[in-house]
Amino acid sequence: MYLPVIGLEVHAQLLTKSKMFCSCSTDHENAPPNTLVCPICMGMPGVLPVPNKKAIELLIKTALALNCEISPFSKFDRKNYFYPDLPKGYQISQYDLPLARGGYVEFEVDSEIKRVRLKRIHLEEDTGKLLHVGEGDRLAEAEYSLVDLNRCGIPLMEIVTEPDIHSPKEARLFLQELRKILRYLEVSSGDMEKGSLRCDANVSVMTEKGILGIRTEIKNVNSFYSLEKALEYEIERQINLLKEGKEVIQETRHWDEKKQITVTLRGKEEAEDYRYFPEPDIPPIIISKEILEEIKKTIPPLPLQRKLLLQNTLFLSPIESEIITSEKELCEFFDECLKLYNNPKNLSNWITVELMSYLNDQKLNFRDLNIEPKRFVKIIEMVDKNEITRPVGKEILRKYLDTKEDPEKIVEKEGLKTVSDLDFLKEIVKRVIDGNERAVLDYLKGKKNVINFLVGQVMKETKGRASLDLVKNLLEEELNKR
Amino acid sequence: MGIIKEIHNLYLKKEITVREVIEKYLKNIENWEPHVHAFLTVNLDYIEREIKRVEGLKFNEDLTLYGIPVAIKDNILTEGLLTTCASKILANFIPPYDAEVIRRLKEKGAIIIGKTNLDEFAMGSSTENSAFGPTKNPWDLERVPGGSSGGSAVAIATGESPLALGSDTGGSIRQPASFTGVIGLKPTYGLVSRYGLVAFASSLDQIGPFARKVEDLAIILQVIAGYDPKDSTSLPYSPPNYLDSLGKSVKGWKIGIPKEMWERGVEDSVLEVLDSALKVLRDLGVELIEISLPTVEYALPTYYLIATSEASSNLARYDGIHYGYRNKNQKDLISLYKVSRGEGFGSEVKRRIILGTYALSAGYYDAYYLKATKVRTLIRQDFESAFRKVDLIISPTSPVLPFRLGERIEDPLKMYLIDILTIPVNLAGIPAISVPAGFKDNLPIGLQFMGPFFSEDKLLQISYAFQKLMDFSEKYPNTVEGL
Repeated sequence: MYLPVIGLEVHAQLLTKSKMFCSCSTDHENAPPNTLVCPICMGMPGVLPVPNKKAIELLIKTALALNCEISPFSKFDRKNYFYPDLPKGYQISQYDLPLARGGYVEFEVDSEIKRVRLKRIHLEEDTGKLLHVGEGDRLAEAEYSLVDLNRCGIPLMEIVTEPDIHSPKEARLFLQELRKILRYLEVSSGDMEKGSLRCDANVSVMTEKGILGIRTEIKNVNSFYSLEKALEYEIERQINLLKEGKEVIQETRHWDEKKQITVTLRGKEEAEDYRYFPEPDIPPIIISKEILEEIKKTIPPLPLQRKLLLQNTLFLSPIESEIITSEKELCEFFDECLKLYNNPKNLSNWITVELMSYLNDQKLNFRDLNIEPKRFVKIIEMVDKNEITRPVGKEILRKYLDTKEDPEKIVEKEGLKTVSDLDFLKEIVKRVIDGNERAVLDYLKGKKNVINFLVGQVMKETKGRASLDLVKNLLEEELNKR
Repeated sequence: MGIIKEIHNLYLKKEITVREVIEKYLKNIENWEPHVHAFLTVNLDYIEREIKRVEGLKFNEDLTLYGIPVAIKDNILTEGLLTTCASKILANFIPPYDAEVIRRLKEKGAIIIGKTNLDEFAMGSSTENSAFGPTKNPWDLERVPGGSSGGSAVAIATGESPLALGSDTGGSIRQPASFTGVIGLKPTYGLVSRYGLVAFASSLDQIGPFARKVEDLAIILQVIAGYDPKDSTSLPYSPPNYLDSLGKSVKGWKIGIPKEMWERGVEDSVLEVLDSALKVLRDLGVELIEISLPTVEYALPTYYLIATSEASSNLARYDGIHYGYRNKNQKDLISLYKVSRGEGFGSEVKRRIILGTYALSAGYYDAYYLKATKVRTLIRQDFESAFRKVDLIISPTSPVLPFRLGERIEDPLKMYLIDILTIPVNLAGIPAISVPAGFKDNLPIGLQFMGPFFSEDKLLQISYAFQKLMDFSEKYPNTVEGL
């Protein structure tokens, strides 16, 4: 057998207001090209970088949450290379004294806890963006290229793992968990589609003899799905080479999203010599114990901890726990609701079924919602007390989320209270039975399932305001008379 | 009396206007420029705007440079005023912002009278490496004014400007000051903001002033010195009032004479002139003590590794993409880089970029750059231990007299050796000043005082005392007839 050996290099943009070394805004998403720039991030002659303290703090927060060792003495270095998206001709990064080393990320793979160790986390600046005009989406194929420096200088945290990952699925789950953690920590938006979270993968296959294979690096992986697909493709490619008795070549490969294959970007010989040396414009960074203690206080429990807590203390199912902890805001919402409503199982059901189906239909994230725990719990309580039926409750939840109107007022205004008038219901039941001869005949012939159809008809007449069980009982009672 | 004070007295008595002062200096520029080429840019529209701006200010004693012209080395950015670094690659570069020192000068009422010539990107010791032609020494027009801040030094020597700023990476203020008979100060690394100084070697570069008189130097230093949050390497230090130290006695001060800096390679004529300077110091009651700085002999190779390494990176931004010179006939990116840089940079700049790139390359880094940084630490420690024994250290500023144009330009090593006595100071990060100490065959010779970190006040104090007894500030070159 061949065992894949995978290590990831993850780049996450840090959620700071201003850039890494100047005061330009980082809010580049909808800004017209080259509007969030100044002489510093444009690499004009004579400019000097002033490190963003907040960026250093966010990195340390991440590193502490991931059990890393923080370097008391750290420094910036210059990584020298020429490219049009890099106006200084070098990127300010960290080479041999990163802010953090070691640490690990734990995540679940098929209900088992898996641990991936980290090598290091360091701070650097993002580059600009190129827009290639003409054929192809690469500089070499373009007629000409345009440079946008809005992104240039946004603080970037690079997290490098040890080669502890052994399948494409594990790689995806690792990255998903890491993103969840970054979001819980509020250090990065983690949006892969927007490029605020990016990932390069190093992969090789270990042969039966347990010897490490030659690795390739895959770039241009822009989604969790692509990461898994690119790794699957690359591992298969490497295994096929080995089976044919050929060698894997150490190189950097580009994931071609359209063709779903990896292609050679550059070989080992063309690998750049970045000529790293200490950034002379920035003195070394000294991190005091006091600062570490201060930052430590700001770290919330991480998603996996939260998930296991839900499973083990509230006895929620793994799937429910997973859904509730998928977003920090949702998890906090659950906590808030639980304070008002002490039935975790039922609460979880409402969240993971009713709320989630609304989000899916509307294609929204929980954090896009503005939902009040008090109101949400009120709806559940009304159902619990049979003041409204569950279908009505579900309907009211949707109306509430759409309009933000008080659920109780919706119930009142639209007259949605559960119908408990037996005579009234019996009359409807009779009417439904009389009006559906065919179904009644089928039922009496033994097709008992038909009752559901009849229930549906009654519910329609009552606008869902009747209790299901009650309607079913009344129907059976009436049918059995015939 | 300093020139600033003299002009200010005239302003107070309303005997002269700002415009008249500027016009007087512009006249000097007009007379001298055809012979010396100290300036690259004198923009009359810009000056007109500056005069109007200053006329709008109300003269008070806080405006310490009110209506005083200052010449600026053309590697210090001036908003809206061409800044070329004497390079073809920035021949048309108009900066979008003012360097911090320029902001401070303007705030105090100074008027930027022009941009002065230099060796391209401050790389050189003779101002011959300018893409726009050399500057000439006003004391002998066949000779170089030193460099790289040759233009600023000459502007002071000729009287084209009463004050000037230069930059000093390995001697680029002090050596031309010595060659032209003016005072030049290289401040402590981190005393003056580098924001807006086009970087050559970031860990060595420091902006500093030129003047004829110590009082004037103290006033302009006061304006530019002090912490700037825009420069992370500037130090949170509040400078003392430099004028306060002038006129105080230096009696009993111990001054070290490092034998390594007085023996090898120093021309006899220089030693001969400086001998009388030492006598003056003794007359001032100073105790001269022979000391040793054993590591300074490694300063030159150390400097040329660190400075070129940093330069190779600092000059990467001139790539023809975002601004500056671009050869427009190139079809692919790599050719665009190669041809634009190949044509835009002069040969000395290219030599240093190549040297630095080599020194930082994989496999060479440890042997060159890293080792150089270690030797640098030793040199700094050498100075530190010397300053436990003495207050200041002195040496010739330059081991040689101003040499002839073309004499050394073909031999880089011979040129590099010129800086052997100024380079150790930059490596150590300490301040040093070059003061005119005499003439030999009508060629000026400077004496260098070096002090511990932030000893600018002491350097000014001794220079002032020295200048009182050996004053050349009224002596102007007379190589051009009728001036």
